[in-house]
Amino acid sequence: MPGYIIQRLLQAGLVMLAMSALVFAGVHAIGNPIDLLISPDATQDIRAAAIAHYGLDQPLWRQYLAFLGRLLSGDLGRSLVFNIPVTELVFSRMPATLELALSAVLIGAVIGVPLGMWAGYRPDSVVSRGIMAVSVLGFSVPTFWVGLILILTFAVNLGWLPAGSRGPTVEVFGIGWSFLTLEGLRFMLLPALNLSLFKLALMIRLARAGTREAMLSDTVKFARAAGLSEFTILRHHVLRLISIPLVTVFGLEFGSTLAFAVVTETIFSWPGVGKLIIDSITSLDRPVMVGYLVLVAFLFVTLNLVVDLSYALLDPRLRRGRHAA
Amino acid sequence: MTLLQVRDLRTHFLTRAGAVKAVDGVSFELGRGEILGLVGESGSGKSVTGFSLIGHVDPPGRVVGGSIRFDGQELVGLAPPRMRELRGRRIAMVFQDPGATLNPVLTIGQQMVLAVQAHRRLPERDARALAAERLTRLGIPEAPARLDAYPHEFSGGMRQRVAIAMALLHGPDLIIADEPTTALDVSIQAQILVEMRALARESGTALIWISHDLAAVAAVADRIMVMYAGRIVEAGPVRATLAAPRHPYTRGLLDSLPATTEPGARLRQIPGHTPALLSLPPGCPFAPRCGYADATCMTAPPVIEQDGRMARCHHLLEPSP
Ligand SMILES: Nc1ncnc2c1ncn2[C@@H]1O[C@H](COP(=O)(O)OP(=O)(O)OP(=O)(O)O)[C@@H](O)[C@H]1O
Ligand code: SF4
Ligand SMILES: [Mg+2]
Repeated sequence: MPGYIIQRLLQAGLVMLAMSALVFAGVHAIGNPIDLLISPDATQDIRAAAIAHYGLDQPLWRQYLAFLGRLLSGDLGRSLVFNIPVTELVFSRMPATLELALSAVLIGAVIGVPLGMWAGYRPDSVVSRGIMAVSVLGFSVPTFWVGLILILTFAVNLGWLPAGSRGPTVEVFGIGWSFLTLEGLRFMLLPALNLSLFKLALMIRLARAGTREAMLSDTVKFARAAGLSEFTILRHHVLRLISIPLVTVFGLEFGSTLAFAVVTETIFSWPGVGKLIIDSITSLDRPVMVGYLVLVAFLFVTLNLVVDLSYALLDPRLRRGRHAA
Repeated sequence: MTLLQVRDLRTHFLTRAGAVKAVDGVSFELGRGEILGLVGESGSGKSVTGFSLIGHVDPPGRVVGGSIRFDGQELVGLAPPRMRELRGRRIAMVFQDPGATLNPVLTIGQQMVLAVQAHRRLPERDARALAAERLTRLGIPEAPARLDAYPHEFSGGMRQRVAIAMALLHGPDLIIADEPTTALDVSIQAQILVEMRALARESGTALIWISHDLAAVAAVADRIMVMYAGRIVEAGPVRATLAAPRHPYTRGLLDSLPATTEPGARLRQIPGHTPALLSLPPGCPFAPRCGYADATCMTAPPVIEQDGRMARCHHLLEPSP
């Protein structure tokens, strides 16, 4: 097991290195930020001074090495627009995205897994067909459209919920969270639902496929032969049998929502990381883009690692190396 | 005393192509503590018979006719909750592959506690104690500690012992063992066979031992039933039946055993293969493969009962000299 962890950590480091190079090169290909930063009628001297100040006169590989050096010390540079460190900027937006993403994934799992298990348990029933129809909708209807419909219905027509932005926050450990107040939850409900629809669809699919397969297994036959009730079999045997793919998808969906809640955050003017990256792309705020993408890569690598290690918790056969043939 | 009385049991799979008559008119009786071997080639309906007895035939299968009286109670048509109360408590079942039947992601203890609590309101601690006691009886060393182990941490033979211990949890009157040793090493097979026979004897549990393996059945069973295409073709005391089979199919099964042929000689396999249950020939279903078949075999063979034995054939075999 320790060998396995070290191996995985090395892999993660390599992925991060490759990722940082790609991101750095890619972002440099999209345009010269200096044109945005200083007025076109500035003198050559001022222009040269600015270029030298931001290190943009150096060859690309030098800029990259400098970037990498700073990266290793946790410094992602300063935003050209806000003039504050990128890490500070991203992390100030992170809690908003974090609570939104987590509630979306939780809604998807808590509702989707039982529905999917039912659909897998009684695949031919009318209810199951209804559940599958919901899941097909969740996959095929675009997020932005659902977001707009939600706003139109619940905010504009019914006036029950706010149309956008984040509610009041409460400080815990020096970080502002909005899910702790009822008012904050009112603001969060629509964007969270909007984001959760796809995850709900995915969880339904996975839970259904897993349950269908598990119901035919000898494990379930044996549990039935022992006189266990169907509910106990689903709750204890089947749920554990199907938990590995569910946890994987839960983790990866959580990660991708953290990184790419862009559409929903834009529609609901949710002040999270997604909105920040859209803004920084329009203003060619290069350090923010680079820093953000590197952080996202870091996030995914970490989540993958956590998911892999949690397999060991869920699947006892992996826990003690590979000795069980 | 009769524990189980099965009359004309019919279990069919109602598929799109038609009714697959997996069990088609099976009748037998089983006394308390009696050990019955059920043999037949693959697909003859042995497992479906077993699942019919515990009321758990996979869809689209269904018991479409007949009667199963268990200790005076009719099981065919019994409400599912009543049937569930019997399953595991009074009728238990053990399957072929313990690696597949035990849940790989739950500990042995967790699984056994679930099985205990399915029928008894026992606190977890007492349920674990009961589980450990049963494991010890099945010869699993350090049973209390092993409750926290996972199935993959046991060898195949030990896993099957765990499964048998689970079947014994509630002291059932009947255990249906569906090829419980087929997946194990030969030496382990023999051990488990002997132990299970001893346990059944000791606790007065009746046992239906399903197997392809005539030698295993000869070693455990009091009586034997030979199944072909969903029917019982021959039944009787195990020694007498195997010493002098009356049905050509039983003869064929015996002749294909390695031990009965000269060393080095080719095994005499029964020619042909089990018929498709959707298109059974009229008359005796074994006729296309039977060396004794003639025109009369195109009509349904009679059931002939004689000195405690039964066979379903037009031309019963005479004991060979
Ligand atoms: N789910 C099913 N759908 C349709 N037919 C089935 C199904 N399950 C079993 N059958 C039919 O029932 C017949 C008997 O199957 P069964 O499993 O009882 O055979 P068996 O004697 O136990 O064979 P084996 O020695 O291979 O275990 C099979 O030939 C098959 O045609
Ligand atoms: S009835 Fe005829 S075909 Fe069938 S087993 Fe007897 S002899 Fe063979
Ligand atoms: Mg079988």
